[in-house]
Formats: sequence, C-alpha cells, structure tokens
Amino acid sequence: MSDRSNKAPAKKRERKPPTKKVPMPEQDPLERRKNFDEVALGYDAEQAVAEAEKCLQCRNPKCIDGCPVEVNIKEFIELVRVRRFMEAALKIKETNSLPAICGRVCPQETQCEQSCIYGIRNEPIAIGRLERFVADYARAHDEPMPEILDRIGRKIAVIGSGPAGLTCAGDLARLGYDVTIFEAFHKPGGVLVYGIPEFRLPKDIVMAEVEYLERLGVEIKYDYVIGKIRTVLELIDEDGYDAVFLGTGAGAPNFMRISGMNLVTVFSANEFLTRVNLMKAYEFPEYDTPVRIGNSVAVIGGGNVAMDAARTSVRLGADEVTIIYRRSMEELPARLEEVHHAEEEGVHFRLLTSPTEVLGNESGEVIGMQCIEMELGEPDESGRRRPIPIPDSESTINVDTVIVAIGNSPNPIIPQTTPGLDVTYWGTIIVNEETGMTSLPGVFAGGDIVTGAATVISAMGAGKRAARGIHKLLNGE
Amino acid sequence: MYEILFKKILNENTKFMVVDAPEIARVCKPGQFVVIRVNETGERIPLTIADFDREKGTITIVFQEVGKSTKLLGSLEKGDKILNFVGPLGKPTPTEKVYGTVVAVGGGCGTAIVYPVARAFKEAGNHLISINGARSMDLLIYRREMEEISDETYETTDDGSCGVHGFVTTVLGDLISKGRKIDLVFAVGPVPMMKFVSKITAAQEIPTLVSLNSIMVDGTGMCGACRVNVGGQMKFSCVDGPEFDGHEVDYDELMGRLNAYKEQEEISDRLWNESQGGAA
Ligand SMILES: Cc1cc2nc3c(=O)[nH]c(=O)nc-3n(C[C@H](O)[C@H](O)[C@H](O)COP(=O)(O)OP(=O)(O)OC[C@H]3O[C@@H](n4cnc5c(N)ncnc54)[C@H](O)[C@@H]3O)c2cc1C
Ligand SMILES: Cc1cc2nc3c(=O)[nH]c(=O)nc-3n(C[C@H](O)[C@H](O)[C@H](O)COP(=O)(O)OP(=O)(O)OC[C@H]3O[C@@H](n4cnc5c(N)ncnc54)[C@H](O)[C@@H]3O)c2cc1C
Ligand code: SF4
Ligand code: SF4
Ligand code: FES
Repeated sequence: MSDRSNKAPAKKRERKPPTKKVPMPEQDPLERRKNFDEVALGYDAEQAVAEAEKCLQCRNPKCIDGCPVEVNIKEFIELVRVRRFMEAALKIKETNSLPAICGRVCPQETQCEQSCIYGIRNEPIAIGRLERFVADYARAHDEPMPEILDRIGRKIAVIGSGPAGLTCAGDLARLGYDVTIFEAFHKPGGVLVYGIPEFRLPKDIVMAEVEYLERLGVEIKYDYVIGKIRTVLELIDEDGYDAVFLGTGAGAPNFMRISGMNLVTVFSANEFLTRVNLMKAYEFPEYDTPVRIGNSVAVIGGGNVAMDAARTSVRLGADEVTIIYRRSMEELPARLEEVHHAEEEGVHFRLLTSPTEVLGNESGEVIGMQCIEMELGEPDESGRRRPIPIPDSESTINVDTVIVAIGNSPNPIIPQTTPGLDVTYWGTIIVNEETGMTSLPGVFAGGDIVTGAATVISAMGAGKRAARGIHKLLNGE
Repeated sequence: MYEILFKKILNENTKFMVVDAPEIARVCKPGQFVVIRVNETGERIPLTIADFDREKGTITIVFQEVGKSTKLLGSLEKGDKILNFVGPLGKPTPTEKVYGTVVAVGGGCGTAIVYPVARAFKEAGNHLISINGARSMDLLIYRREMEEISDETYETTDDGSCGVHGFVTTVLGDLISKGRKIDLVFAVGPVPMMKFVSKITAAQEIPTLVSLNSIMVDGTGMCGACRVNVGGQMKFSCVDGPEFDGHEVDYDELMGRLNAYKEQEEISDRLWNESQGGAA
C-alpha cells in the first residue's frame, strides 16, 4: 500500500478501524444449555443488508475460489444488498442445492470466508450467515420450482440420502432422470439427521430440502440396506437401473485400542447422537428410545462430532463435560463457531491429553479414566504437529461416562457385497476424480465413502460431479 | 408399512406373527434378523427371522414380551401395520455344511430362533438332536415343530412340569457323559444358558455356536451399541454376528451391557402398563 512510501508519518491517511461481522443473534448460553432449540437465530433483513453493504464486490472475488462448489458469492451478496432476496437464493441454488444447510454447517473460516478479500484487514464478510438468511427467506416465501427437463425414461439408483446422495439425486432429476434413493434408515438426510443435532441444524430444514426433491420427482425408499436386501449388481442387472450412485458415507465408529472400551457407559458418538437425534431420545419417555447420561462426561476427540456430543451431553443434564484432545487448541479440527459455542455453554477443554485406560466397576460402569499428557513434536504427514506422550505424566480423571468421537470409517457392507468394486486399504471406494465413476462401469460414488469423513459441502460437490459423470456416460460422451 | 397377516398367542407372553415383507422374504437366510420400529415414537428393536415363505412373501417373528417395545408390538392385531421393518441383517448361519450330529438347544423364546436354523441343519443331512427348555410346561414353545424336524427330541422344565426336570444343560451334559459323539452345538436362549452350554461343551472341545442378543440401534454397523468381546477382540453383533463361537464370548460383559438402560426400560414399561389400565 502507499503508506509505506509516505515518509512523513503526519501525512498518513487515516484508516478505518477493522470492522466486525454484524453479530449473529443467539440464544443466551444459560438458557440454551437446557433446550435443543437452534442456538443461532439468524439475521433479519436489516442485518443481512447491513452485512451485504460491506462487501467490496471485488473484481477478482477470492471468496468464490474458497468455496468447494463455487457459489457465486459476489453476485448473491449484491442481490441481498438491493433486497432481491429470492433472486439471491436462486443464484446460490445454481451451484449449491442445500444453502440453508451449508450456511449453517460449512466450516466457512477455512473455506469461502478464509479467502474473502475484505477479511484481510477486517473480519471477513459473513458469507455463511448471508447464505443462511437468503435460503431461510426463500423457504418461507414459496420459492419457485426450477425448470425440469422432460422425463427421458432412464432409471438411476442413489444409495444413501446424505448430502452426497441428495445432491446427486436432485441434479439428475432436474435433467429428466427417474431417480430412486435407497436409504437404510427410516429417515432421510444421513449425518444431517442422525449426527448433527437439532440445536445446530433443525431437522425441519433438512425435511424441507427432501420435500423439494420429492417435488422434483425423486422417490425415496426407506429401510433398504443395499448389500443386504438387494445388491448393487442386482439393481443394474435385474432391476433395470442404468446407473448407480453410492453415497453411503463413513458411518462405522472407531474405538480406541485401550482397555475399558466395552464398558457399559462408554458410547460411540454415533450411538449417542443417533439415539438423541434420529430417535429423539431427548424426548424420552414420549419417544421410546432411551439415552443414558452421567454426571461427569468425558468426550474423546476434537472435531465437530466431539463438540456435538459434548454440547448434547450438557443439554441432557450432565454437570461436568470435558473434551479430551491430544493436540492443542490450534489444531482442534472443529468449526470455530462450535468451539466458541461449546465454551460458552460451559464445556471444559483438557488439551494435550490422551486416554490410556477407562476404568470400570463390577457392573461395568465407568468410574474413571486414566490419561497421559502430551507435548507436540515435529509435524507429521498431515502437516500437524505430532503429539508425543510425556513420560510419567499419567493421572486419573473422575468421570462416569465416556463418549468416543475419534472418527468414523466407511461401512463395509457395500464393498463386501459388490465384487469388482475397488477400495483402498482404508476401505474407501476408489473413483475417477473427474467423473466419480468407480472401477465398475455405471457405478459411481462420492462423499465420505470416497474421501473418508469430510464435510457436507465436499460431499455435495462430489454428488454434483457424479451427476454430471452419469449424464455424460448415459449420453455416450 | 408392513402388514401383520396372522397373529397367534403361543403363551401368556410369547407371540407369533406373520408379516408381509416380500422383498426381505425373497433373500433372507436362516440366522438373520430384522430391525423393526412399530410407530413414529417407537424404538428400533432386533428380532430374528423365525421363518419365511419366499412365495407368499412373508416373514415370521416370534417374540417374548419383556418390556415396552415388545408389549407394544404384541398389542397389534392382524391387519395392523408395523412402520419400519429392515432386513435381512446379520450373517446367515453356515447351515449348508454336513457336520454329522448337531444338537440344537433352545431356551424359552430362543427355541423359535433355533427352529429355522435347526431345520436347515436337518435338511443339509445332519443328524439332529433338539433340546427345548423352559421354566415350566406352559412356556415351552414350538414343541410339535421341533419334534417334526428332529431325529431325537428332549424337553426340559425348571419345575419338572414337563419332560426332564432340570435345565437344557442337564440333558446336554448327560448326552456328553454318555459318550455321544456331537459335532456341533447350536444354542440360543438367555445369556446364562448360553454361557453354561458353552462351559459344558468347552471341556470336550465340541464346536459351539451361540446367537447373541446384544442391544442394537441401527443393526448395520453404524453405532457400536452391539459390541461384544469375542476372543479378546471387539466385534459388532449386528454385522460380525449375531452368531459367534460360544467358547470365545465374554458372557459376563454381555450381561452387563444388556443392563445398560435398565432404569429407563422400567420407566417405559411402567408407563405402558399404566396406559393399558393395568398395574406395573
Ligand atoms: C456429528 C457430526 C457432525 C458434523 N458436523 C459437520 C459440520 O458442522 N460441517 C460439515 O461440513 N460437516 C460436518 N460433518 C461431516 C458431514 O456431515 C459429512 O461429511 C457428510 O454428511 C457426508 O455426507 P455423505 O452424503 O457422504 O454421507 P452421510 O451423510 O453419512 O450419509 C450416508 C447415508 O447413506 C446411508 N447408507 C449407508 N449405507 C447404506 C446402505 N448399505 N444402503 C442404503 N443406505 C445406506 C446412511 O444411512 C446415510 O443416510 C459432521 C459429521 C458428524 C458425524
Ligand atoms: C439379533 C437379535 C435377535 C433377537 N431376536 C429376538 C426374537 O426373535 N424374539 C425375542 O423375543 N427377542 C429377540 N431379541 C431380543 C429383543 O430384541 C429384545 O427383547 C427387545 O429389544 C426388548 O425390547 P423391550 O422394549 O420390549 O424391552 P426393554 O424393557 O427395553 O428391555 C428388556 C431387555 O431387552 C434388551 N433390549 C432392550 N432394548 C434392546 C434393543 N434395542 N436391542 C436389543 N436388545 C434390547 C435388554 O437386555 C433389556 O434388558 C433379539 C435380539 C437380538 C440382538
Ligand atoms: S457453500 Fe459453504 S463454502 Fe460455499 S459459500 Fe456457502 S457457506 Fe461458503
Ligand atoms: S472476496 Fe469478500 S469482499 Fe470480495 S466479493 Fe467476495 S465476499 Fe465480497
Ligand atoms: S447395532 Fe449399531 S453397530 Fe450393531
């Protein structure tokens, strides 16, 4: 900038102090500790316009490069500024079919907002909050249906109704394909419904997106575990599907290789969250599925899953909830907002700590957890500094419940029942990066089943790519 | 929605239902199970496929009413519908093999689960000995069915009201001590029963299969609720089982895990009984 060349400091042009995002209205932390209602309440029109007005409308909008599906951020924000909210929503929907969800759960600080030019000196433009605002506006104001091409009489099977499957199905339905989604659970949405809690992503929003797909003509069959009731090859060879998309996610929970993992009050985050979210155990006994919560809960892990499990524990009434993570605050992989919210709600963080044994009593209930302290060494292959145990630093913490949130692996049911489907050592399915096609012609895959546990938006991006890949294949290109 | 086509009361708290589920009936095999959810507020519970008819497209379930979910299911009548019915889950029993002499042991409601597997063992050409046990005569189920498929049939009751006075292990122990050559034991019933059966057969190194009834949520390997310790390794009953080598299972741990939700189950059960106008 010119400042540096100006020798005389007196002449220095006055700079405005850095601005912050228009604050997000939120439920009070003390109040929300007791309920499952959404924490962030959303901008109103005035707040959205005020935020949009700050956007520089950059000639080279870096924000767009930061978004995995390249939402036209610059143009949608301009439409917000001039209060054409519905058009703003349609602009986003050109590349992102689930904006109400992404606006809420994308890790914006490492994606669009990280690259925002305004953010170099200030807090970046609140792209996620604006995206959420316009999507919510459109949903409340009867958004128009997109144009659907004529039915072309070809059938596609989509396995799994997580963000990857929903996106792939939507794109293909719009192109005129007859799409059937096969879902193992009794509800659609994948992790959006069984994993991410109501207080972060209300289920009505996911259901509205699913209804929108149904209006596009997508059929959803529930209670269908593909690989068990029907195999992928049978769908193609016997049931007449022209192509299959596998969007089955990474749903199999990992446990630690330490003793005590099978104790009665040790739960995988998946079990805990599925009981609470999908089965509505927080409304027990109106809903029949029980959930068990102790007074003092340790959650092992530092990602979004760990934050969700910790914040859910708070809401179920645990007195003391502690995140146990083996690296430091800086390496915590969870979204920044979730970490802040967890802290506000009273979740403790015990960093640079790793469990070595869970201790139980005679009836198999947890009575404590032995942990060792860690220090950070040189960066490993992932670029993060490797945690190394400090000798003789073991101590026992007092807990009665342990929730394990150290990641999920791909579910092997489909690979095991689909001969010829190539997978990696970790069980993820191998695909052509560009088309999404697997080693089996006509069988495509995308989302966590390909990448391992990742993000909603990357799963959607993969669903989109595969829809294009399928369309190309079936049109002989 | 899955319609109940037929219902029979086997005894005071054991019910038999035939459910319309053609796509599952088309592919299921002995030893597999379904996960059901009766209604929108219902819980997901696993039940073994007690029988199937590929032509009629039906699945039979036999269940003991032990708490809210099984009582709710038991309160449904012919023509009513079950909201969710997922399957077939779990690994089938390896029944095609000829082992020689197979002893099928069923305790209580477990006999209904033993039946289709035992029948398959018989059809594969094995010599089938069945031992059917219960607390008392009125709780013995599948008596005629087991008799029909077995080469030798034994019945036991804890109170001596029918058959041998004692436990299934009394008969099994007898057979073993008489020197009968047994090539495989297949046992399903309460955990303590499976534990003791495995104890007896371990001494003689008789291969023993048990079907574990761990608590489940999804039944597809996604939650880990059903994990059991088999031979020192963590296994998921729903995808690695439900059948395991009986000599390798940590039964005490399994019993502990089955009690995980005791307190809540009692609340649900009491509320259900009250809603039915009865006392707890
Ligand atoms: C608790 C939690 C919190 C998260 N928070 C965030 C967040 O804040 N932001 C973010 O970007 N990401 C987050 N993630 C990650 C994100 O949710 C996933 O990366 C994303 O959902 C993956 O989408 P998917 O479509 O590949 O699979 P999933 O969402 O896993 O969906 C897969 C679907 O396939 C079904 N299925 C599986 N096997 C079969 C079968 N054999 N037959 C039929 N159906 C089958 C499953 O039931 C499921 O519905 C979170 C994940 C979890 C678990
Ligand atoms: C693979 C498998 C096959 C089974 N097959 C049969 C069968 O054919 N017939 C039959 O009568 N029973 C069967 N069971 C057991 C049956 O699932 C339980 O009796 C039932 O879930 C009890 O629910 P409830 O609400 O009526 O009782 P509750 O009061 O909730 O519980 C009674 C006991 O049942 C067990 N239980 C509770 N919830 C579950 C759950 N979600 N999953 C598994 N067990 C649970 C617990 O040990 C509990 O102490 C099977 C279990 C498994 C794992
Ligand atoms: S989809 Fe996600 S990354 Fe892309 S603009 Fe929206 S919030 Fe940002
Ligand atoms: S980079 Fe930031 S300031 Fe520039 S157009 Fe994008 S959102 Fe607006
Ligand atoms: S029931 Fe969930 S993993 Fe087995």
